[in-house]
Amino acid sequence: MEAGALPELAAVPWRRRASEASIRRRGQLWTLTTVAHVVPFIAVAVVLMLLQPLSAPVAAAALAHAWIIPELYAVRGANTIRPKRREPPLSEPVAQGFLGDLLGHEERDLHRSTGLAVERGRLGVWLVGEAGAVLVTPGGRRVHCFCVAATEGGLPPSDRIAHLLLALRTDETGFATVANHAFSGAPWRLRRRMDGRGRPALAAARRAAASFS
Amino acid sequence: MPRLIRMDHTGHSTLAEWTAGDEAAYNVAVEEFRRQLDEGYIGVVSDGPGQATQVRELPADAPTVILRRPIAGG
Repeated sequence: MEAGALPELAAVPWRRRASEASIRRRGQLWTLTTVAHVVPFIAVAVVLMLLQPLSAPVAAAALAHAWIIPELYAVRGANTIRPKRREPPLSEPVAQGFLGDLLGHEERDLHRSTGLAVERGRLGVWLVGEAGAVLVTPGGRRVHCFCVAATEGGLPPSDRIAHLLLALRTDETGFATVANHAFSGAPWRLRRRMDGRGRPALAAARRAAASFS
Repeated sequence: MPRLIRMDHTGHSTLAEWTAGDEAAYNVAVEEFRRQLDEGYIGVVSDGPGQATQVRELPADAPTVILRRPIAGG
């Protein structure tokens, strides 16, 4: 394994290391897949209505499918950074203070209010949650959602974020390789499925990604 | 004062502290660091905004060495 590589890469030897190009290709593939899911249902609805207007209920069901399938994928993406619904442990303030030491002023305040840490990388701007991360690509027009978490149970939420943040800072492309890709699409699709608390963090990441150089 | 910190269920635990001249304290920290690596922890030094380095030996001059658990795709 190359020097500086994330040691967790040893657990996924079959995966090719992620890169800017591979992430871009993955995004294009997601767009293609979404179109392949949506277009046939819309076509079925249109053809049914042209052939027999009485088939409107079936056409409506086809249109519903065309809407629901991409939405379900977006939900899967939003779930990667959704805070776990449970009472935070007593150790959370300590963990939050520790995570705060790793973050800048703005990022610390944003984490306190949204539960998500914004981190600028080379691939784009990351939003790091307890059990996943979202990459907003340069320009801010696409997001990639990843499922990834610390392997130890019982950690307070902010410690979970600190684990991911340190791994990300150690080896960004290694991090994107180890993490499981869950969704890619337009930021607005993800935003609609996020809870209200986390949305300002996505907006901040998009602003940072828009000025990415 | 340099510290060896482990992220765990308590938020974080300070496992060892040492000073530049105190070789005995540093050796204790090295022992502890190796023990934690054997238990599966990964040593990381935060190098400022956006940068961190994995370490396999305890650096004597890093202000804070952090021990974290491995991550995995969910």
